[in-house]
Parts: sequence; structure tokens; C-alpha cells
Amino acid sequence: MSSSPKTFDSEFIAEVQRESEQNLALCYQCGNCTAGCPVSFAYDYPVNQIMRLVQAGRKQEALSSHAIWLCASCETCTTRCPNDIDVARIMDVLRHMARREDIVSEKAVGAFWKAFLESVEKHGRVFELGLMANYVSKTGRMFTDVDLAPMALRKGKLGLRAHDIKKLAEIRGIFDRYREQKQ
Amino acid sequence: MSLCYAYYPGCSGLGTSLEYDTSTRALCESLGIELVEIPDWNCCGSTPAHAVDHLLSACLVGRNLGIADDMAEERKLDGILTPCPSCLKNLKTTQHRLADPEFHRKVELVVGRTLTADLPIKSVLQMLVEDLGLEALAKLVQKPLAGLKVVPYYGCIMIRPPQIMQFDDPENPMALDNLLAELGAEVLPFALKTDCCGASLGTTRKDVIAKLSGRILDAAEEAGADAIVTACPLCQLNLDMRQSQINKANHSGHNMPVFYYTQLAGLAAGQGETSTMMDKLCVSPRPLLASLAGRTGEGA
Repeated sequence: MSSSPKTFDSEFIAEVQRESEQNLALCYQCGNCTAGCPVSFAYDYPVNQIMRLVQAGRKQEALSSHAIWLCASCETCTTRCPNDIDVARIMDVLRHMARREDIVSEKAVGAFWKAFLESVEKHGRVFELGLMANYVSKTGRMFTDVDLAPMALRKGKLGLRAHDIKKLAEIRGIFDRYREQKQ
Repeated sequence: MSLCYAYYPGCSGLGTSLEYDTSTRALCESLGIELVEIPDWNCCGSTPAHAVDHLLSACLVGRNLGIADDMAEERKLDGILTPCPSCLKNLKTTQHRLADPEFHRKVELVVGRTLTADLPIKSVLQMLVEDLGLEALAKLVQKPLAGLKVVPYYGCIMIRPPQIMQFDDPENPMALDNLLAELGAEVLPFALKTDCCGASLGTTRKDVIAKLSGRILDAAEEAGADAIVTACPLCQLNLDMRQSQINKANHSGHNMPVFYYTQLAGLAAGQGETSTMMDKLCVSPRPLLASLAGRTGEGA
């Protein structure tokens, strides 16, 4: 069960270390990750504070942050960490854990990723128009990018049909076996 | 010695970056580089897959690496190429993680086949710089892009993280700068060449894109550029297709063409519209290309 805020959760620290294969103790709060992070302005916690929350075992606060969903995976933090911590991989792992616990603080981001992967499972490749329709139905965001549709259609950049791969059974098999492994 | 690669186009090449895929294939053909498309390739899962689960991401990539293994048994390949940095990072990260025997075994179980996955994996840009050499590209130039002032925009992940990507300098890459200079363009210094455009937050958080991509457009204009040149489908989409949204949000008035470098290489090589597909760009480059013809006294 998830811990309450402000509780030291040592199992959480161990889990993040195991899944990310990173040594969290190496972070000495130099702030380089935050200095380079392009999305800091939109975060509730800057990335160095996320690292500190993890070190302090504050699971609930880390997993319910908006920051982990807004990270753009640009890899600047990982590139600039003086102690070679793969910070972006830790952000990935925190998203994995948050999703497993059903905490998705940025609902639209979670819905978009889900719709994207559903498209991959269904067609083997991303079908952009179908993906957008699925995303709109999940979020009710009817007017998302509706202003771009005429341009995208005119330029032939929004395929009207899916490009299904031939061996769809192989993709379905991968998703099925992946789910079995995860149980 | 002719070069031959397994080619992974990526999903955006079928839609939003059709012109990148087409101009990449045309450029490689005119350079005598053989691209053999990975048959029945599937989506690598992009950011959503690695953000949801690393095993799922590796397995989606693994199927493609497995098909490339089969191709390499049939004929000699110099590696796997993709034009898309996001696909590239997923391919290379997976190959890197497969070095762990336990993870390798898990991935093989889910993919349902054995994997060797030892072919070199490169972006098309890295191949041009490292395997072919820019001198060969320079020989192709018939109409130098003289008078065209550009800023090179690499985006984040073609070069990052450096431990995985193993290409160029992660803070100040020069591959695209050098390539564009070979084409005859005037390449301006650009401090934001590796800054993030906001990536896949375009659909979900437009405020982030307006700020980050807006800053790149502002800086390009301040630098005196006629155009931005990129190698990434998502960067191109954010800067070009979303430029009107960004202008509206920021009260700016940018009208900045955003080319793929392969389109400009094709143009310099004298290729026509069917290869360069300039008509696919949302911000029309026509006035710029027409004025360029005036500047150099040649038809562009």
C-alpha cells in the first residue's frame, strides 16, 4: 500500500534504485539537472527536488508530482549530471510506478500515451488520425489541435487510413506476453 | 565500396514527416547508398512506450532488431539507419540494455525469438558524416545554397545521452553545421541548437510548446536566419506546423521556414519537387527560395 505523505519509505528508495539501476546516494543536490531542465517553469517540483524526495523516501509526494509527467525526456539532466546519474531514467521509473499505483497527475499526458500505445497494439504502427480520435474520446478535449486539421489534411500529413503491418499477430503476441510477464 | 543499410523509416515518415522520408531516400539514392527497408517494421513505441515501461519499449524495438538480424544473415549490411532521433534513441537504448543477459532473456521471451542485435545503429546524419564522408556529399552539389542564412537545430536526443548515442558533442554538435556549410549555406552561430522544443507535449500542454518552441523561433530570428534546419520530425512539426499556434499564444509574427536538412541537400543537388517535397512545409519556403534564386542569379 502507498505510504502517507512525509513518511520515510525505504522500500520505495530500494525500488527506484532497482528499477532505474542508479545509485541515488550519489546525488548531492548540485542543481545542474534543474539548471538545464527546459520544462522547470511548468513543474511543481524542479528535478533536483524530485531527486531529493526520492532520497528522502517520500513516495507519495514524488509519485503524485506533476513534474514526472511533464518531463520531456530531453536527456539534458542525464547529460550534465557530474556524478553520471541517469536522471531521465529515474523520471521514467517514477512514471512507471505512479501509473501502477493509478496516480496520474497530468491526466491529458497519461491519456495521450495510453491512446498512442493502443494505436501501436491495434495497427503495429501509429495511426495518427485514429490516435487523435481516441485521445479526444478519453479526455473530452474536442478542440485539441482542431485549428491544425485543415492544414494537415491539405498537406497530406494526416493519413486518413491506418498503415497496418502484415504480421499483426506478432505485435498482439508481444503485448500479451508482456502483460503476462508483468503479472 | 558501396554502403548498404537496413532502413527504419519510423511512423512519422508515413504521415507528418513524409517529406523527410522521401528526401532521405532520394538523397541516399543519388549518393549510391543502398537503403533496404526493414520488412514489416513496427512502431518503436516512441516516448509513450519508455515512459510506460522499459520492457515494453525494448520488446517493440526488439522485433525490429530481430528482423534486421535476419536481413544481415542474407546479405552484408553496414548497419541500421533511421532518420528519426526518437526512433534512434529507442533503438540504441534497447541495444545497450540487451547487453544485460537477464534483460536480454526477458526481451527474447516476450518478442518470441532470439536476438543478436549487434549491427551498428546510426542516424542518417551520422552515416553521412562518419561512413560516407562530407566530401562525397560536396561532390553532389550543383546549385550551392549561396546567400541562404540558416541556423542548425539538432534538438535534444540525436546526441543525448552521450553514453548511448555516441555521436558528436552533446553540448555543441557540429555535424549539421558542417553539412550545411558543404551545401554552400551560410551557417549562423546558434546558442539554442540543442535546446528542447517541448517534444511530445504539443497535444497535451500547448503552453510548454509555445514557450520552448517560441524561444527557438525568436532566437533564430534574432540571429538573422532566413530559416531553421532540423533533422527531427517532432522538432520540425512543433516549429513549422505549430508556428501559427505559437504566434497566437506569444503575440509574435514569425514566418520562418523550417527545412529538413535532406530537403536542402536535395535542392543543392539539383533534385526536383518529387524528391524535396517543399510543398509539404506548412510555412511556405517559396518566397525565400525565389529570393535566393535572385541573390545567386540561379534558379533554385
